[in-house]
Amino acid sequence: MAEIGLLFDGFGVALSPFNLMLMFIGVLLGVIIGVLPGLGGANGVAILLPLTFTMPPTSAIIMLSCIYWGALFGGAITSILFNIPGEPWSVATTFDGYPLAQQGRAGTALTAAFTSSFIGAFVAVLLITFLAPVVAGFALQFGPPEFFSVYLLTFCAFVGMSRGQALKTVVSMMVGFGLATVGLDTVTGQLRLTFGFTDLLKGFDFLIAVIGLFGIGEILLTLEEGLFFKGTRAKLSPRVVLETWKELPRYWITSLRSSAVGCFMGIVPGGATPASFMSYGVAKRFSQDGDKFGTGKVEGVVAPETAAHAAGTSALLPMLTLGVPGSPTAAVLLGGLLIWGLQPGPLLFVEQTEFVWGLIASMYLGNIAGLIVVLTCVPLFAAILRIPFAIIAPVILVICAIGAFTVHTSVADVYLMLVFGVAGYVLRKLDYPLAPLVLALVLGDRAEDSFRQSMLMSQGTMSIFFSNALVGGITTLALVLLFWPTIAALLKRARGG
Amino acid sequence: MSTKTILRAAALSAAVALTGSPAMAWEPTKTVEFIVPAGTGGGADQMARLIQGLVQKHNLMKQSMVVINKGGGAGAEGFLEVKGAKGDPHKIIITLSNLFTTPLATGVPFNWKDLTPVRMMALDQFVLWVNAETPYKTAKEYVAAAKAAGSGKFKMGGTGSKQEDQIITVALEKQTGAKFTYIPFKGGGAVNTQLVGKHVDSTVNNPIEAVANWRAGKVRPLCVFDNERLIYKEKIAGDMAWSDIPTCKEAGVDMDYLMLRGIFMAGGVTADQVKYYSDLLEKVRGLPEWKEFMEKGAFNQTTMVGDQYKNWVAKEEQRHMQLMKEAGFLAASK
Amino acid sequence: MSDNHSHDRSAASTRTLELVVAALIFLLGAIAAYDGNRIGAGWGIEGPQAGYFPFYIGLIICFATAVIFVRALWDRAKAREMFVSRSQLLLVFKMLVPSILYVVGVGTIGIYVSSTLYIAFFMLWLGRYTWIRTVPVALGVSVVFFLLFEVWFLVPLPKGPLEALLGLD
Repeated sequence: MAEIGLLFDGFGVALSPFNLMLMFIGVLLGVIIGVLPGLGGANGVAILLPLTFTMPPTSAIIMLSCIYWGALFGGAITSILFNIPGEPWSVATTFDGYPLAQQGRAGTALTAAFTSSFIGAFVAVLLITFLAPVVAGFALQFGPPEFFSVYLLTFCAFVGMSRGQALKTVVSMMVGFGLATVGLDTVTGQLRLTFGFTDLLKGFDFLIAVIGLFGIGEILLTLEEGLFFKGTRAKLSPRVVLETWKELPRYWITSLRSSAVGCFMGIVPGGATPASFMSYGVAKRFSQDGDKFGTGKVEGVVAPETAAHAAGTSALLPMLTLGVPGSPTAAVLLGGLLIWGLQPGPLLFVEQTEFVWGLIASMYLGNIAGLIVVLTCVPLFAAILRIPFAIIAPVILVICAIGAFTVHTSVADVYLMLVFGVAGYVLRKLDYPLAPLVLALVLGDRAEDSFRQSMLMSQGTMSIFFSNALVGGITTLALVLLFWPTIAALLKRARGG
Repeated sequence: MSTKTILRAAALSAAVALTGSPAMAWEPTKTVEFIVPAGTGGGADQMARLIQGLVQKHNLMKQSMVVINKGGGAGAEGFLEVKGAKGDPHKIIITLSNLFTTPLATGVPFNWKDLTPVRMMALDQFVLWVNAETPYKTAKEYVAAAKAAGSGKFKMGGTGSKQEDQIITVALEKQTGAKFTYIPFKGGGAVNTQLVGKHVDSTVNNPIEAVANWRAGKVRPLCVFDNERLIYKEKIAGDMAWSDIPTCKEAGVDMDYLMLRGIFMAGGVTADQVKYYSDLLEKVRGLPEWKEFMEKGAFNQTTMVGDQYKNWVAKEEQRHMQLMKEAGFLAASK
Repeated sequence: MSDNHSHDRSAASTRTLELVVAALIFLLGAIAAYDGNRIGAGWGIEGPQAGYFPFYIGLIICFATAVIFVRALWDRAKAREMFVSRSQLLLVFKMLVPSILYVVGVGTIGIYVSSTLYIAFFMLWLGRYTWIRTVPVALGVSVVFFLLFEVWFLVPLPKGPLEALLGLD
């Protein structure tokens, strides 16, 4: 195959000592960026972009994409240790990762997260290597109705999974949707629910809500039990990595399914965050001990992490071949390409072979470099839990505050974070599930935009969501997933009778 | 050399040092914040980050420059921030048409007069694009087809609502009598992909957003919304260059629209401070990297400073007011 | 978790909190519905108007919280159930009050000074560390963040009078 030869040429480009050095620097910077909530991959890459104007484009994109890998890896660390997602796509990782850490299995959770990330990203890179042209064409099929059906699918895959009262789930989800509508309406350009407050113009950012509801809320809950974090007796030996690796092959179906979900969502491009939620929801629904999800199952870490990374990585494909960024970070990288004088688009693969294959080769290498870096650090990360509460708690709050500020460089967001923190504490104690709120907040405006764009196209008729095989198929799948418990019961009865 | 001449030389140099030394001119004393009233990855963001990178690479400024995105409320967030920073010489902002459209459409209280114009960096063009697989070769044919299909049957994709893309669409409708269904998306790149995927029938993308797909033969330019053709003669797609695209006027649609890519400062700053940034940006404009970027994006490289720039902005504001009034886009309070 | 502390006196019953929270969220829903209605909550030929979703989301929130409110009103078990004990609440406030002061400090005296004071206060007061151990940690964290954000990443964080005095802003 021609791809193999080109790929090896690419390895030749990427493996120069200078590029290798950039790769490791990139991964390390990325991990730092990923750990700090708020300073996400997109911000990180944007900030470091100007630094790379002095480098050759291939080296520059290698470094920037390694920052991206690092950030992908790093996001899981604070999710697992402190219930604070460093990146939006790590929210679903907290559901099982944090309980694992509380049980003293932080090392296991971290290893599972990193390894799954690696596998997800690896599958996605394979896809980019061999199927780029085919897959790029697929992304073109997606117009507004298709996007809406994908968001609907994400919702239906996830909804119903939360425990607690149905009514409170509804309230939580609707509050999320409500917060998502604040700010400028894309379709009419009108301001909604801002009441003249400047700070509301930008709307409620998902990350601020998450840092507050999950992170600060968790610290307050922890405090009730005394001044310490649970799980301080985490295993610190590097052997934990090997032990976890022995356990992981059991979840190969979940890995495979999550990779598929992730690649699909990355290419569409639906984004890594919805991918992680969807994958978690699907894994819970089809796993044998799905009802134990949320109590600290390794499988519950594997599913979202694999999907998030598969999506994050395959999001680079529509960027390179179509010039459509599949994620905010990809959008910034896209800007970088233009500034370096490269023109992303259908011809990039033809005209800039050295660059493209250098980049793809660096994806393989960066991914491996990243895995090595983070795995060797597992005991180190787990040891953070041993720092006494009176030191680590204020430091976490400082990190959260910095994170909340950097999202929009706004001090008001720092206050808001604390408000969300108190809300998170109270709501959790009253059994309001928070995950639906967060998912609704992250998907709400996108789902609404694509719904209303579809309505503009169809002049107000709903049949557009069944107007062709693709959109009809996804919509139907979404509805099947929504009513899965009922359908499963019916199937069971049919089989039994 | 005699003692006399030495003394005279010393006196002379002392006089120079006292009166006209360039070291006396204003310079930033801390990090300069470069506000982008749009999200990361868009056209304004790209240009701001390019300027930041070039300033850094060529050591044009002693202090560092950081780019900050404040895109909330169609850029209102960024504009209000600079409006609130009256007299602060360490904040500059890059504007696009939302300088005019956002206050008019949303009623958020700010106006370009709250800012100090520094320099126009370029003007961005708009081109009418269709999918390359459609039979339309000219704007006339396309408009005729849209009319024949009936009101609202043809879909025009664009960035945002009540902003430049929709303004152009409405103006186009007024000129021709055709009626489009305008579908707003969040970014220019996404709009162009929707065109390639045939989810919309046409777009008015900026050249840089569409050039990749044009070169790949996926989309076709019909006309450029300017009074003169583009100047770039290098072949882009097949035997077509930017300069081969007819103006919309030639094609029978008398409509021109250019988008400002200009730099402003907060209000209440001194002439010295404005001059510093104006000179800095002129240096940036002279760099080969900048010229290459201009060519890639087929920008109109007009530059203006001082009163000329101010007058241009004032005229443009009137024009937007007129265009948006006709289109019914003004906020209810106005 | 409440039974561990059953000897503590209750600071508030779960029912009280349930009622307060439902009422607050009801208010949010009402605001959303009001504004949605203001900007138009109809369904025209162009599909739903800008206010359509906020309006109905608001209505659903109001309806659901009203039901939760009424149910909680009649829930005797929840009236007896302790939401938080006094000693627990005290612990929570020990964290919350300094944190509120901290975020206020972020906006006024800058994030670096505020963080240093906050961490130091925590270590001295809650952790009972000595000054000798506290000062290096508190200063160290702020210096590391300063280098990380201001110097390397070029992300300006909020700064106050001290930084202006030192010429660091």
